[in-house]
Amino acid sequence: MKPAPFEYHAPSTIEEACSMLASLEDAKVLAGGQSLIPLLNFRLARPQHLVDINRIAGLDRIYERDGGVAVQALARQAAVEDSHHAARICPLLVAAVRLVAHRVIRNRGTVCGSLAHADPASELPAVLLALGGNVLARSVRGERLIAAEQLFTGVFETALAPDEVMVEAWFPELVGPYAILEESRRHGDFALAGVVRAGDSLALFGVAATPVMADPQTPAAGLQPSGDLEATPEFRLHLVDVLTEKVFAA
Amino acid sequence: MTTRWFGAPVQRLEDDRLLRGRGRYTDDIGEGALECAFVRSPYAHARITSIDVSSAREMPGVVAVYTAADLPFGDVDLPLLIPHPNLTHGRTQRCLASEVVRYAGEAVAFVVAESRYVAEDAAELVQVEYEPLPVVITPEVAARAEHLVHDDVPGNVAAEMLQETGDVGRALAAAPLRKSLRLRYERAAASPLEARGVWARWSETERKLTVYDSTQSPTSIRGGLAVLFGLPESNVEVIAPDVGGGFGPKIMLFYPDELLVPHAAMQLGRPVKWTEDRQEHFTAVNQERGQVHEVEVGFDADGRVLALSDEFIHDAGAYTPYGIILPIITAGQLPGPYRVPNYRVRFRDVYTNATPTSPYRGAGRPHACFVMERTLDAIAAELKLDRVEIRRRNLIQPDAFPYDVGVAWQDGNTVVYDSGNYPELLDRALEKLGPKPEGDGVGMGVAVYVEGTGVGPYEGAHVQVLVSGKVVAATGIPSQGQAHRTVWAQVVADELGVDVHDVEVTSGDTRRFPWGVGTFASRGAVTAGNAMHVAARMVADKARHVAAEHLEANPDDLELVDGRVQVKGSPSRGMPLGAVAVLANPVRYAFGGGTEAATQFSARPRPGPPLGDGEQPGLEATGYYSPPASTWASGCHAAYVRVDPKTYRLEILRYVVVHDCGRVINPLVLQGQIEGGVAQGIGGAFYERLAYDADGQLRNASFMEFLMPYATEIPAIEIDHIETPSPLNPLGVKGAGEAGTIPVGAVLASAIEDATGIPITEMPLSPLRLFQLST
Amino acid sequence: MKVNGVEHPEPVDPRRLLSDHLRHDLGLTGTHVGCEHGVCGCCTVLLDGAPVRSCLIFAVQAEGHDITTIEGLAPDGAPLHPVQQAFHECHALQCGFCTSGFVMSVVGLLAQHPKPTAQEIDEGIAGNLCRCTGYASIRRAVHRAVELSP
Repeated sequence: MKPAPFEYHAPSTIEEACSMLASLEDAKVLAGGQSLIPLLNFRLARPQHLVDINRIAGLDRIYERDGGVAVQALARQAAVEDSHHAARICPLLVAAVRLVAHRVIRNRGTVCGSLAHADPASELPAVLLALGGNVLARSVRGERLIAAEQLFTGVFETALAPDEVMVEAWFPELVGPYAILEESRRHGDFALAGVVRAGDSLALFGVAATPVMADPQTPAAGLQPSGDLEATPEFRLHLVDVLTEKVFAA
Repeated sequence: MTTRWFGAPVQRLEDDRLLRGRGRYTDDIGEGALECAFVRSPYAHARITSIDVSSAREMPGVVAVYTAADLPFGDVDLPLLIPHPNLTHGRTQRCLASEVVRYAGEAVAFVVAESRYVAEDAAELVQVEYEPLPVVITPEVAARAEHLVHDDVPGNVAAEMLQETGDVGRALAAAPLRKSLRLRYERAAASPLEARGVWARWSETERKLTVYDSTQSPTSIRGGLAVLFGLPESNVEVIAPDVGGGFGPKIMLFYPDELLVPHAAMQLGRPVKWTEDRQEHFTAVNQERGQVHEVEVGFDADGRVLALSDEFIHDAGAYTPYGIILPIITAGQLPGPYRVPNYRVRFRDVYTNATPTSPYRGAGRPHACFVMERTLDAIAAELKLDRVEIRRRNLIQPDAFPYDVGVAWQDGNTVVYDSGNYPELLDRALEKLGPKPEGDGVGMGVAVYVEGTGVGPYEGAHVQVLVSGKVVAATGIPSQGQAHRTVWAQVVADELGVDVHDVEVTSGDTRRFPWGVGTFASRGAVTAGNAMHVAARMVADKARHVAAEHLEANPDDLELVDGRVQVKGSPSRGMPLGAVAVLANPVRYAFGGGTEAATQFSARPRPGPPLGDGEQPGLEATGYYSPPASTWASGCHAAYVRVDPKTYRLEILRYVVVHDCGRVINPLVLQGQIEGGVAQGIGGAFYERLAYDADGQLRNASFMEFLMPYATEIPAIEIDHIETPSPLNPLGVKGAGEAGTIPVGAVLASAIEDATGIPITEMPLSPLRLFQLST
Repeated sequence: MKVNGVEHPEPVDPRRLLSDHLRHDLGLTGTHVGCEHGVCGCCTVLLDGAPVRSCLIFAVQAEGHDITTIEGLAPDGAPLHPVQQAFHECHALQCGFCTSGFVMSVVGLLAQHPKPTAQEIDEGIAGNLCRCTGYASIRRAVHRAVELSP
C-alpha cells in the first residue's frame, strides 16, 4: 500500500499553482489529503502530478463575507470547528464538521477538500447545498463562482475544471432552525443516509449520486439510491423518511 | 514480611518501553534489509496459464523475483499441521501457486527489492494469465458440490465426523416435544492491528539463520525451517519480538512468506524483510467462523433437554492446513454447561474458494455457544418459560465434576470438565445485571458457556538466579499482549521470595528457550505458567540445598524471603540469593560479582568434589509442565440492549460478565483480557463481517468497510469473578484469553430478539439485516 | 523538518509517506503503521502540536514543520509523560501496537479539552482502533491523565 510514483510540485503562490494545473497533464490538487492519499496508497488513484497547495501563504482564512462565512482552501476542518465566525454565522456548518470523520482527520482535512472530493455520503456538500452557498474557483483563466446546485455533478464529480482550484467556499448565514442528522455504522463513518435541515428546506446526502434538495413532506420521492454492504436502496429510502421526521421534529 | 505476588494487581512490567515507543516489532527491524511484495491472485478460482516476470526483474531496484519454478521447494505442499483419521481429503497450498489458485489473495510471485515502494511497482509488472474457473463460495454451495474446489476431492468434503453419546434417535422419538432450528454463523477476521511480518538474515560464516517473525509459535517455525533447509536446529534462531496482537491466525504456519523470506535471505546474502500491509492481510491471513447448523432437540414440558442432534457444515476455505481442529472444537463444546443426556453431532468440513480457516479467538466456540443458547431460547419461547429459568433447569450442577461430555476433544482425549459452578455464574450475573431499564425497544440477553483451555502437549521454562540476585526466566511461548513478562514474574517471584521487579522474563525467543509449542487456545497460563512454577520451585529447592551447606542448617528449615535464603525464625542466619548463586557455581577464577566466595581456597562446606554426583552448576533449573487434560473455564454474560425501532441502531445499555478461570494470577491482566474479548465479540456480532461476493471477492477488505468498533461503539463492561480452581495443575489456573469473545454473539442475539421480536438465527447482524428481517 | 526538537535534512523521495520516513529513515519506530489508509490511528503524530495521521502526509510536506513522535514525549531516562503514565497505571495497553497513536491522540485531546467530558473522551479516542483492550482501560487512562496533568 505505497503510492505509485508521481511528480510532486509545491507552488508558493496561487498563481503558480494555477499555471501548473494549466500546463501539467493529469495533475491533482493536494490539500488536506485525507481522502486523496488513501486512494493513492491503495493505488486506486495514480495521477502523474500532485500540486500541493499547502505551501501557499494566506489561503487558510475563515472570515465573514457578504452575510456569510467564507472558508478558504487551506482552512482545516478543525479550524472551522473551533472558529468563532463559523459558530456565530453558521452553526450548522460547525455541527456538520463535527460529524466528519474524527478530530485527528479534521486537523488535516479541509472543508474545500471535502467539497471538491464530492463523496455523495459526505456531510459538507449537503450543507453547502442546503444553505445555497457557493464556491470560488480559480484558474489561469480567472475566477468564477459556482453555486452549490451547479457544483455537484456526480459521484466524486464536480463542475470544477481540471485546471481549477477551489480557493474558497461560502456558507450564507442561516436564520431559523437547523440540524444535521445521519445514520452511520460507527462514529465518524460516512453516512448510510443523512439529512440537513436549514430553516424549512431539506437536503439529503448518501442517497443519490450527489447531495439533493428534497420536499420535507415527501423526502424520498423520486430517489433511486444505490445499495452497498451496509444499506440497500430500500433501507436508504426508509432512513430518509425516519431522519426527515426526526429533523423536523427537533 | 514477604509479599505474595500471585493474585495481586501488579502493574505491567513490559509497559515502560512500549509506552516510550521503544518496543521492537518485526517491521521495526531494519539493518539494511531488502523489502518484498507479493503478486497475489485476483481470482478466487482460476488456472494459471502463464507467468511472466521478465519486466519486473528488469526494473531498477529489483533484486529478485521468485515464482514456484524458481524455488527448490516450489512443488512441495506446505505441511498439514494436524492430521486426523477423519481428514480423508486434507489439502494444503504451495508456497507460490503455479497451476491453480483457489482463493483471491493466494500468492503467485514474490518480489524482493531495495524498498517496498519499488517492490510494489515491480509486482504490478508481473504478468500472470489466468483462466477463470467456477467459484464455490459459502458452505451451502460447497456442500451441493456443483463445482469442485479441488478436482480430486469429491463433494468438496475434506472430512466428515459423526459422534454420539446415548441413543439420540430413540431419545428424540420418545421426547414429548421436539424442535428444529437452522442457524448460521458467517466468517470473521481477527484483524490484529499489526499485520504479519518476517525478517531474516543468513550468516554464511556461522551458517546460522536468524528469523524474526510475528508468529504465535516461534519454536515450531524453527523446527520447520531446520527441516526445510537441512540445518541443525541449533543453527536456526527464531524470535517472536513484540507482536502487535495475534488472536489466533498468527499461530498458523507456514504462511508462504515464512519460507520465502528466509530462503531469499540465504540466497541473496542480505537481510530480507516482508511486512504485510492491511489490504493483503484481509485475504492472505486465515479467517474463521463460517458454519451452518441444523439442530433437532427433544425436550420435556419442563424445558429439560432430553436429546440433541446437530448436523453442521464447516467452511474450511480453500485448504486445510490446520486440520479439523475447528469443527472438532465446535462439536465438543456445543452442549456447553448444560446436561445433554443424548447428544449426536455430525459435521462435514467443506472446501470453498475463500481464504483458509484456522482458529480465531474463540475458535469454534462462539458458534457452538450460539447454537446451544439459541436452542434453549427457542425451547423457552415454545414453552413460554423464562429464559433464565430454562438455563437453570439444564445447567450441570456443582457436584457433578469431573463431568464427561463423551465426545472428542482437540487434545485427543474426550471432553471432561474438571471443575466449575455454573448456577453460581448465572445467579451472580443476573444479580449484577439488575432491573431492566425503562423504555421501548429494550431487550435482555443471557448466555452461559464453557471453554476448554490449557491444551497440551507441554511448555517449559528456564529460571536462573544471577550472582546479582536478579532473576531471569524464559519460556518458548511468545506474547502478543497477554502480559507474560508480568504474570510469569509473579509466579517466579513467589517461589523465590524476590520482588517481582527483580524478575526479567523473556518469551518467544528460541535462543533463550528452544522448546515448546506456542501461544494459542487460552493455554499460556496453564502450560507456561505452571512450567514457570515448576522451574522456579526447582531453583528454590536448589537454593535451599546449596545455602544449607554453608549455613550448616537443614534445607527444610530454610525459607526464601525478601531476596534471601534464611533459617525460619532466625533471619540473621542467612545469605542473599545472589550469594547462593555464586556458591552454586564453583569457579577457579574470581571474575567479579562476588565470585571469590566460590574459588578453591575459600571455605568449603563439605569434603569431596566441588560439584557432587549428579549436581549441576548454577542456581538455575529447567522445568516442564504437561497437562493431563484441558482445564475448563466458564462464565455467564448478560446484557440489556436497546434497538432503535426505526433505524435499528444498537445501543448496549449494560453488559455484565461473571467469569471463572480458576485461580487468578493478576486481576488487572484478566480484566483486560475479558474487556478486550467482549469488545471483539461485539465487533463480530454487530459490526464486522467478511463480505464475499459470488465471485469470491472480498468486498470490504479495508478498515473503512470492515467495521471494527471504535470506543464509541463499545460500552463499559461490568466484571465479576468466581474461582473454582482446576484440580489438574499445581497453580489451579485455567485459561482466560478467549473467554470474553465466546458468548457475545449468543447474548446479543437473545437480547436483540427480545428487544425487537425479530427471530434471530444468524450472526453477525447489522441495522440493515434487522431491517430486512423485519420487513 | 524538526522531529522531537532535532532538525533533519529534507526527505528526497516525494512519495515517501511521513510514517515511513519517521520509521525507516529516522529510526523512530515508535510510530506504528496499521492500515495506511487513515482509519486505525496507529501512526498518529503531532504536527505543529496537533495530532495527525502520518500515513496520510508525505514526508516532503512536513518540511518546515515541527513533528513530535511518541519518542519525543518523555526523553529517555526521564519520567513518563502524564498520558503515558496514566496508560501504565490503568493497564491501557496490551500488545502496545496501537498505544503510540492513542497516546498522541490523547495528548491532542487534552490540549483541546483539558477537562474532557465522558463524551469528549469517547469522541477523542474514537479515531484510534485498539483490538486488545476493548477501550475501557483507555477511557480510565484518559481520566487518570487529567488528574496527572499539571
